[in-house]
Amino acid sequence: MKALRDAFGDEILALGRENPNVYVVDCDIGKSCKTLEFARQLPQQHLNVGIAEQNAAGVSAGLATCGKIPFVSTYAAFGSMRMCEQIRQEICYPRLNVKIACSHGGLTPANDGASHQAIEDYGIMRTLPNMTILVPCDYYSCRSLIRAACQWDGPVYLRFTRDPVPFIYRESDQFEIGRARTVREGGDVAIIAAGAVMSLALQACDLLHSQGIEARLLDMHTVKPLDTAAVTAAIQEIGRVVTVEDHNIINGIGSAVCEVAAGLGRGVVKRMGVQDQFGESGPYFDLLEKNGVTAQSIADTARSLVTGEN
Amino acid sequence: MLQNNKVLSLEETAIALRKTLLTTIYKAQSGHPGGSLSSADLMTVLYFDELRLRPHQPKWPERDRFVLSKGHVCPVLYACLAMRDFFPMEELDHLRKFGSILQGHPDMKRTPGVDISTGSLGQGVSCAVGMAIANRRDQNPGRVFCLLGDGETNEGQVWEAAETASKYQLDNLILLVDHNGLQNDGTCQDIMPPRDLAEKFRAFGFQTYQIDGHSIPAILDVFERIRAHQGGQPYAVIAKTVKGRGVSFMENVVAWHGQAPNEQEYLQAIQEIEEGLS
Amino acid sequence: MLTEERRAFLTQRARQARALTLEAIYRVGRGHIGGTMSIAELLIALYDDVMRVDPSNPSWPERDRLVVSKGHAAPIVYAVLAMKGYFDPKLLDTLNANGTTLPSHCDMRKVPGIDMTAGSLGQGLSAAVGMALANQMDHRDSYVYAIVGDGESQEGQVWEAVMLAAQRKLEHLIVFVDDNGCQVDGFTGDILNMRPFDQKYRAFGWHAIYVEDGHSFDQILDAIHQAKQTPDRPHAIILNTVKAKHVPGAENTYQSHCFSLTREQLDNSLRNL
Repeated sequence: MKALRDAFGDEILALGRENPNVYVVDCDIGKSCKTLEFARQLPQQHLNVGIAEQNAAGVSAGLATCGKIPFVSTYAAFGSMRMCEQIRQEICYPRLNVKIACSHGGLTPANDGASHQAIEDYGIMRTLPNMTILVPCDYYSCRSLIRAACQWDGPVYLRFTRDPVPFIYRESDQFEIGRARTVREGGDVAIIAAGAVMSLALQACDLLHSQGIEARLLDMHTVKPLDTAAVTAAIQEIGRVVTVEDHNIINGIGSAVCEVAAGLGRGVVKRMGVQDQFGESGPYFDLLEKNGVTAQSIADTARSLVTGEN
Repeated sequence: MLQNNKVLSLEETAIALRKTLLTTIYKAQSGHPGGSLSSADLMTVLYFDELRLRPHQPKWPERDRFVLSKGHVCPVLYACLAMRDFFPMEELDHLRKFGSILQGHPDMKRTPGVDISTGSLGQGVSCAVGMAIANRRDQNPGRVFCLLGDGETNEGQVWEAAETASKYQLDNLILLVDHNGLQNDGTCQDIMPPRDLAEKFRAFGFQTYQIDGHSIPAILDVFERIRAHQGGQPYAVIAKTVKGRGVSFMENVVAWHGQAPNEQEYLQAIQEIEEGLS
Repeated sequence: MLTEERRAFLTQRARQARALTLEAIYRVGRGHIGGTMSIAELLIALYDDVMRVDPSNPSWPERDRLVVSKGHAAPIVYAVLAMKGYFDPKLLDTLNANGTTLPSHCDMRKVPGIDMTAGSLGQGLSAAVGMALANQMDHRDSYVYAIVGDGESQEGQVWEAVMLAAQRKLEHLIVFVDDNGCQVDGFTGDILNMRPFDQKYRAFGWHAIYVEDGHSFDQILDAIHQAKQTPDRPHAIILNTVKAKHVPGAENTYQSHCFSLTREQLDNSLRNL
């Protein structure tokens, strides 16, 4: 188990050492976002602008026009909402090479309550032209995708989570922006997931397997540009899809998959995620359960699609 | 003599408040002790002397309102509200628990006595300005007090709100800056130098005061001066404080911004507070 | 102190910039006249006398940069860039037209010489601070200039950027506040008074200079000279300007922020210049 925010701390340090143009712009939560080591080792590539997120976005835009590759580091709630218009105006519209790297995505700032939980973040970012969105699910894929984001020329929103999550991949696995990864192969039902809930989806696959149902599990780590080929294949080859995410079911991965299905005019999609309600203080998995997201419920939903029982 | 008794009594209350908020954080094993302790004396004078409140009628329209813009120090607010009988003391045991009325950051829909939900820094002052304008236009005598952090003044929105308070000459608005000199990632001086906060607020049209935020007499005195003042200006009180005040190993230590004590630390903290180290 | 000859030359250039701008806006039918006219002298002073730029190489890394945070002033920025040879002045005829490369607000992806896209108020100073930081970290001695409106300064993001610039001692950052006293809905003094700007900037740790006549080349250039002599702090130059300067009947009115010029008004203005 290792947290995605730790993956960010480790990978950004490696990237910064390799490339003096890689910058980190902190907003006074470097400690939680795991950038302290970067700040200590590479002070010439580091800025802490204080609790001033809108300014962080604009400063990064300015840095980018001078050839830097700034990673703004903050919580997802602030990185997607407090600086939203600045991202739109000064980063996405002029297509500047700024990365918005956010920890504490979804319900993971569990005890902090609704103010700090970000259940809307990549849904908002998804509507911004020129934006690329990455939602990794484990430590190694996270590191690989951060590296890919650094090499990608243009705005990228990266969503990490707070708590340690199980390893799903090996260190040597490489990930490509826009190319979904098949975690499990199967032909009875497709489960499309991303982020910290991937381990629940995997457990659901095991539960289904024990009932003789084989699920294809896709890691949709790139929410935008969506791997429409992988989604199309799932719909045309299987036709039954469950989406699972730690995000509002509105405008998240479920919505993106539905858009593809609607375009094809076929397929059934069940969206699992936050039920369009704010979070509250409580343990992470209790909060997910309150929204109907558990391994058992994912398996039940998938099985009902296969058997035709509601 | 009467004044002396009042000071002594409030100082005792401040000790009780510090113990209560630390116990709350200890039981939750989650929360922000540093800034709760730095603002405990200000909160004591507010909740046990200055604010006009009706605990059994939390929505009394003519109450003085309080905005905790630095929402993460809600343990000190919850402890005040419980001690003032807005809700039973037992509720404090459920801080940050699933289904609790006491959320990780203040939630006006769940907690009696919380006038506005906060938690994302820099936003509370704007809300306080809105309340003060509404009271002014409704000829409501209720005043609005807003506690914010020094690090929080990094947020530009604080200065947008300050401009507006000044424009509308909100002399029913009192900002209290808990100037403890530390923020999440380090000292304010390192992260974003606050410079002379009083000068900044003066430049934005405020009547300003600078006090020792741990001196009960000084806090009582500043509120008295504000009540006596007629200036058509909003007020900013820059209260010099010590983060973690009252617990030796927490004082001026950045790490205690948002970390709960273990049992041994908790017991030592309670002992130090009782001995009145502060 | 400028020579008589130089002053006359710069004055003539400002006249030309205003004329090109008004003609372009007249062709569009409607545009931001007030806030373009208030910065004509400043832009000419910067491009003709102060900034280290190479119009044949707009992305020269060593150049001085300019961020026009009040992005709606784009028409006059375009006019001055055309006068400097960044592109053919004939392009000014296409301002805002369908398919144009000269959109209504400053656009770095479409217009050679524009260093930062702008249009949403309050954001440009942050970008300028980012540029000045990059220069500082790369040990480049280039200057970054920014033009910020007085109304725009009501945005809190401006003050976030101001704090950071002071902390980082960005002595090669010079910000001009176009204090023309008007914004869309009224006089800034009525909407949300931000004056005195110099006191605010000083309280935030800046070197601040108040310029009595923001249309005087001598005073503008003198202030820039003073700024460059003052180390360790970023500089705010507060320019007391006239909105819609030299447009008869529109001067110092907030209604001049964005309006349609009649043929008669255009001719009057051009004569008046």
